[in-house]
Amino acid sequence: MAITYEPIATTTLGSAAATVTFSSISGSYTDLVLVDQAFGVASHYFVRVNSDTGSNYSVIVLLGVGSVVADQATNQTSGQISRSAASTNSPSGITHFMNYSNTTTYKTILSRGNVGNSIVIQYVNSWRSNSAITSIEVRPASGNFDTGSTFTLYGIKAA
Amino acid sequence: MTPVYKLSANSVKNGRTNYGSMLAGNTAYELPGDYQSISTVTVGSGGAANIELTSIPSTYTHLQLRCFLQANRATFGMGEFEMTVNGAGGTNYSRHGIVGYGSGGAGYWGNADAAYIYADRGLGTNTGGTYAALVIDILDYKDTNKYKTVRGIQGVDFNGLVGGYTGATNVFSGAYKSTSAITSIKFVSVYGNFTQYSQVALYGIKAA
Repeated sequence: MAITYEPIATTTLGSAAATVTFSSISGSYTDLVLVDQAFGVASHYFVRVNSDTGSNYSVIVLLGVGSVVADQATNQTSGQISRSAASTNSPSGITHFMNYSNTTTYKTILSRGNVGNSIVIQYVNSWRSNSAITSIEVRPASGNFDTGSTFTLYGIKAA
Repeated sequence: MTPVYKLSANSVKNGRTNYGSMLAGNTAYELPGDYQSISTVTVGSGGAANIELTSIPSTYTHLQLRCFLQANRATFGMGEFEMTVNGAGGTNYSRHGIVGYGSGGAGYWGNADAAYIYADRGLGTNTGGTYAALVIDILDYKDTNKYKTVRGIQGVDFNGLVGGYTGATNVFSGAYKSTSAITSIKFVSVYGNFTQYSQVALYGIKAA
């Protein structure tokens, strides 16, 4: 019997890369979880699913930095899921793709990002498609993710 | 219970072996891994006013709920839920959180004494067309020496104003102010019923 919380794939960058992609994702799980440490410029980074580059993503961002709490909502051509930063600043992100294989609902993507020395941030994205998610592409705001960045995709199977 | 009889080659000489359970002396099968699915409720086509998980076993250390929720509510893109445990209401809970609506109105909410735990505007609706996602952890749920800590993240977005909002995302926490072990969890939709495909999946996490 398969375990409930199962690693699907891991990418650790041996050199800088403009994107990290997980493809041919099985539809046998209930949720997907992406756990990552994205090294690079200090900025939001993004996700596209199923190679969809249309304006089919909308996001609400809630963040705290220093003494400031702020929120923002936008419609865009990618989902927004976490913050990259220099490795010495300890960035991390956990992104939940809920009910990703359901073919009757839009997809809700919920994520937490942290940069150890600066910011805590939460995102909720809606991908306006009833298609099952079969690929996930992660990309920085500009340039590349740095060497040493890690991205691990897990599948969670409900009873 | 009718005894379970084991017959083997040895029984020819020594007779049958009697057992009081179907395990017949064997070790019960244990699911692999330390993060295990306990139960899942998925709402059918008729909708549901409540989603409840009962008879939660005491074999884990922590619990995690993974939720995908929508209510049948006109006009608004978000609904409200009430989460209780063990059927307890009254002032058995405290709760607080920070919330963003994407409109520059990020804020906080909280109550020291409350009848339930929730996230502000925590559900999606059929009017908004999306489902809210929640991941909720309940730590040390069976420990009878302490109150129970609940922590969660939540989000729903429907791209554009519906009922004056574009969505909401909460970081929230709460306490069940009782030393009783948690054996049941209930979600109630405040406005309208939970719609089809709404789902609450309960997972147990074991310690070493």
